[in-house]
Amino acid sequence: MGIEPGRLHFSWISSAESVKFVDVVKETVEAVKALGPNNNFIKTTAKVA
Amino acid sequence: MFAYIEKIKEISNRLLKESTVDLIIGFRKGTVPMMNEPCFAKTPEAVDGLVWDSNCGINLANYLANRKEKIGIVSKGCDSRNIVTHIIENKIKRDQVVIIGVPCKGMIDRHKIEAMFDTEIEAVTEADGRLNIKGDGVDTAIDKKDVLQQNCTICTHRNPVIYDELAADLVEEQTDVDKYEDIRRIEDMTPEEKWEYFEDLLSTCIRCYACRNACPLCYCPTCFVDESQPQWVGKSQNPTDIRTFHFLRAYHCAGRCTDCGACERACPMGIKVRILTKKLEKDCLELFDWESGLTLEKRPPLDTYRPDDPDDFIK
Repeated sequence: MGIEPGRLHFSWISSAESVKFVDVVKETVEAVKALGPNNNFIKTTAKVA
Repeated sequence: MFAYIEKIKEISNRLLKESTVDLIIGFRKGTVPMMNEPCFAKTPEAVDGLVWDSNCGINLANYLANRKEKIGIVSKGCDSRNIVTHIIENKIKRDQVVIIGVPCKGMIDRHKIEAMFDTEIEAVTEADGRLNIKGDGVDTAIDKKDVLQQNCTICTHRNPVIYDELAADLVEEQTDVDKYEDIRRIEDMTPEEKWEYFEDLLSTCIRCYACRNACPLCYCPTCFVDESQPQWVGKSQNPTDIRTFHFLRAYHCAGRCTDCGACERACPMGIKVRILTKKLEKDCLELFDWESGLTLEKRPPLDTYRPDDPDDFIK
């Protein structure tokens, strides 16, 4: 629907795999930061009250 | 067409007279041209109003969910696939329905015909693959095959997949159709182009939910868009809310949609909502070799697990 491939990440990590978790999170954060902010979903209409 | 109608009436009459069924769900002429409406006939006399022509695009399986009585239902190819889906999803029991199969040669797209003329169309009659269009200052004939619903032009299941009675001889199935040409074109777009494409596609949506109401799959007692505690989706005309509604609705139909085109037919704004469900239909075919509603024997891919299910997206 127009979301860059690097912005979404799926992984299977067991609760025992703390090191893998850290690695994956680091990787994901870097990948998303490299893509920059996605402002597409911000609602622009004024809020009532 | 006339032979079809007589046969449908004859079968319906018999089923009602012998009390095999409590009611027949079929089509009757609508109040405006090209808009046949569902007809619930409970007596043999009421059967007289039943019709069959190229304006029967509504999916009658929509009226089956959770019904308790015995029902005879007029069913074209796509309706029959949705009846199969209903049976699989326990929305109706197989022995509750007598399926009157009607081999289908495609339904006409009223959006296309309305767009061809400036004036209001008052009558459309058909004979031998030609349509006669009458309106204020208009009296012309066009080929039916030029104004078919897009899903009918690529349909490969025109004959009912299950039926108890048959209203006519089975028709030849189309082979050699390229079902997913439009989907491949969107898949090849860059993320920005896709975003623009869907923004444009859904820009005219008025959130009337006609697509959802026409869809036989949308039988949830409370739809996620109507839920207010918690409110999953904003109810406004905001593009993000509109997008959320359409994409989530499409996902709810994944592995279930038969591409009957009822959603697109119902849309008053002419939005091609099938683009969304068709992509999921294509994925189901490619990933799970699955076409919905063809058999009662197999469970759909989304409620079974196989060790060889594709998992390339998990890193």
